[in-house]
Amino acid sequence: MESLTLTDIEQKYYSDLFVYCDTDNTKKVASNGRVLDLFRAAQLPSEVVLQITELCGATRLGHFGRSQFYIALKLIAIAQSGLPLRVESLNSVKDLPLPRFVVGKNEAEARHAALYQDTDSQGLYPASATAVIPRPPGRGLQNKKGPPSSTALPPEPTSPVVSPHQSPPTSPHSWRKHKRQHSGGNADRQPVVAATGAVWTQFREPQAGPVPGEGMWPSHSPPPPGQESWVSFTADTPPSSALPAMHPSSVQESTTIRTVASAATTNEIQRQSSGYDDPWKITDEQRQYYINQFKTIQPDLTGFIPGSAAKEFFTKSKLPILELSHIWELSDFDKDGALTLDEFCAAFHLVVARKNGYDLPEKLPESLMPKLIDLDDSAEVSESTADVGYSGSPVEVTPNKSPSMPSLNQAWPEMNQSNEQWETFSERSSSSQTLTQFDSNIAPADPDTAIVHPVPIRMTPSKIHMQEMELKRTGSGETTSAFPLLIDCDGYSSSDSFTSDQEPITRQRSQSGTSPEALKVVAPPPPPPRPHPSHSRSSSLDMNRTFAATSAPGQPQPSTIAFPPAVPPRPLPTQAEVAPGGGAVLTTTSPQQIPQQPNFADFSQFQAFAASEQPSSLPEKSSEGAGPLRTVKSDGQADERSSATVNSAKGSSGPLAPPPKPVRRRLKSEDELRPEDEQHGPQKSNVIAAVLATQPSIPRSVGKDKKAIQASIRRNKETNTVLARLNSELQQQLKDLLEERISLEVQLEQLRPFSHL
Amino acid sequence: MSAFLHTSLDVVEEKISAVGKSLGDQRELYLGLLYPTEDYKVYGYVTNSKVKFVIVVDSSNTSLRDNEIRSMFRKLHNSFTDVMCNPFHNPGDPIQSKAFDGIVSGMMVQTG
Repeated sequence: MESLTLTDIEQKYYSDLFVYCDTDNTKKVASNGRVLDLFRAAQLPSEVVLQITELCGATRLGHFGRSQFYIALKLIAIAQSGLPLRVESLNSVKDLPLPRFVVGKNEAEARHAALYQDTDSQGLYPASATAVIPRPPGRGLQNKKGPPSSTALPPEPTSPVVSPHQSPPTSPHSWRKHKRQHSGGNADRQPVVAATGAVWTQFREPQAGPVPGEGMWPSHSPPPPGQESWVSFTADTPPSSALPAMHPSSVQESTTIRTVASAATTNEIQRQSSGYDDPWKITDEQRQYYINQFKTIQPDLTGFIPGSAAKEFFTKSKLPILELSHIWELSDFDKDGALTLDEFCAAFHLVVARKNGYDLPEKLPESLMPKLIDLDDSAEVSESTADVGYSGSPVEVTPNKSPSMPSLNQAWPEMNQSNEQWETFSERSSSSQTLTQFDSNIAPADPDTAIVHPVPIRMTPSKIHMQEMELKRTGSGETTSAFPLLIDCDGYSSSDSFTSDQEPITRQRSQSGTSPEALKVVAPPPPPPRPHPSHSRSSSLDMNRTFAATSAPGQPQPSTIAFPPAVPPRPLPTQAEVAPGGGAVLTTTSPQQIPQQPNFADFSQFQAFAASEQPSSLPEKSSEGAGPLRTVKSDGQADERSSATVNSAKGSSGPLAPPPKPVRRRLKSEDELRPEDEQHGPQKSNVIAAVLATQPSIPRSVGKDKKAIQASIRRNKETNTVLARLNSELQQQLKDLLEERISLEVQLEQLRPFSHL
Repeated sequence: MSAFLHTSLDVVEEKISAVGKSLGDQRELYLGLLYPTEDYKVYGYVTNSKVKFVIVVDSSNTSLRDNEIRSMFRKLHNSFTDVMCNPFHNPGDPIQSKAFDGIVSGMMVQTG
């Protein structure tokens, strides 16, 4: 028996098959059913099988020893690949794919074959299986072995095997396929298979390491998952199904695939032999796919994918953690815990290969070295595609990676289809969902922090005000009160429509919902601030409040404040007049006051105030002799007019109508009396009247827009302060004028006796 | 044998408690722990993350120089960090990295 040199893959495959056939555990396989079935499954003509058995010496020995068995298997592979059956070819054929066996037992074989297929055996098994039974004269086989026969064979066996074929290709993907039906994939697989077959042949040389293409199919190696699919295949291939499925569908698939592939491989081999022979090379399609996947994780192609993200991504491939860890070790070239695009592509490629059944290399293949990535953008894709590969590209990718470029390219589109399927099952969606969920979870946290601050964003001016109020309230630590306060604040703070108030209210409510915590955190300042605004309106009529509060916490207060001040000034001028001028002044002032009294009757306080102002102004005007006084008065008049105009502007509502009228009247009278100081008073009184007029109207507008009221209140306050100042100044001037008047009158009286004379 | 390992760990901890050692003891010589029937030396090494490496060397071998032990620890530390960088590796799990194992066995082979 000639020595037989087998590649590692072949060795493994053959040993598995031998074990499978060695039912008696005698280390030698008799021509029992299993062997026969196996050979039958090789889908070779009986003649071929006979020839094989003859060649391997089994006929001599009467049984299949291990070596004979191996030889037979190799011959089967040779036969399947269409090469002439010769003993010499046992060791001479380089890229012989593993023998493939159809169905059933073939599955098991196919699995092995798939595993070992990287390079060889593809055709062998099926050929041998089929050949076993007929045991035809070997010569005949030789003829068949020729390419035509090989091509003929593959089609034949493949035709029935086609279906399983398709399944086998899927079996590598079977991991993925378990999830879905192979049916769809099968059709796609075939070309892939063919491609891989060719690839495998080429793999022979590089086969030492990873057998990506074959690995893909050998991916059956994850037996359990594949089993299901494989079983289905067995059904497809009834004849071979008789054989126990060692690697059930996988074998069948692999066999069928191989048969198909063998045909294709021959062509491909020729092509590929001219091409590269690196089984780990990443095709452009794969690379692009990887790049796309990379982008899903890291939009920046020059950036890194952190280890955690990569872990999550690759975990979706359902590869064992140990293998993933190994892949990571291989692909993380710079050992930085993150994957660049190149590293990612390499990792993805390795994952795809692994999924297709290829064993992981001990060290990173050259084609996957990150440096390649630097050269090619596509390299980056590998990482991304790795993730995508899970979805279905892995299988496709690996075949693409395999030397059989053409086949890969063909397979690529198919894989793309399967990719979609892959993606469906990949957790990517879930991860993305989780990611999105995360984001949404993070968002709510912000409002809490925002609430603590006075400006929770999205605020209309009123809202901001409300929030400020809310802050004050939060200081008080009352969250519940915040709501009503907020509402009140809106009313008070904003001069906008209520709608805007409502929005802020709702928002603030939501915020306050989250803010309770924040509020609680805040030290509870005194509640008092809150009640103020609410009471402010009610207290508008609270004269005590207006008197007591100098600062105007509530808006109505200014209005109330305005009222009382209106009264006091009146007695002042009279008192002032009385003090310096004595009775004469009083008499003079009183008659002046009297004519104005009718005005008093019309309007209550502010009229009196105005009247009081007028008498005071009148005396001032009478003592107009003093230029400076007039200037002062003119100034005062100007001030009064300005204030009056302001007040008149304010007083526009209905109830305010009467008040403004007298004010206007006074303005008119002031204009008429302008040359006199009286205008000073009327203006002032008008101003005051206007202010007072506006004030009473405020309480009536309670039902109106709170914001408007608040604004008006503010305005009123301002005018009040202005008027107060004016008032004080005018009163001072009044006193001075009165004194001057008195002095002048005294002089006049003194001069009169002389005038009489 | 494991008892010695544990005792050596205790000694390492004892030395760790010493303040001012950034990397801990790079080596620790257990010459005194020579077992009557079995000569061996135990070297300890502590990383910044309190991960302890212990090397047990059979004294029957030609004694390793201290520098050699240090270089061994350095290599060990490097490959350990590489293993840790692997996101799929859960700290605490036994290290299953082939590369790591390869390096370790290589070192062992080197030192005989």
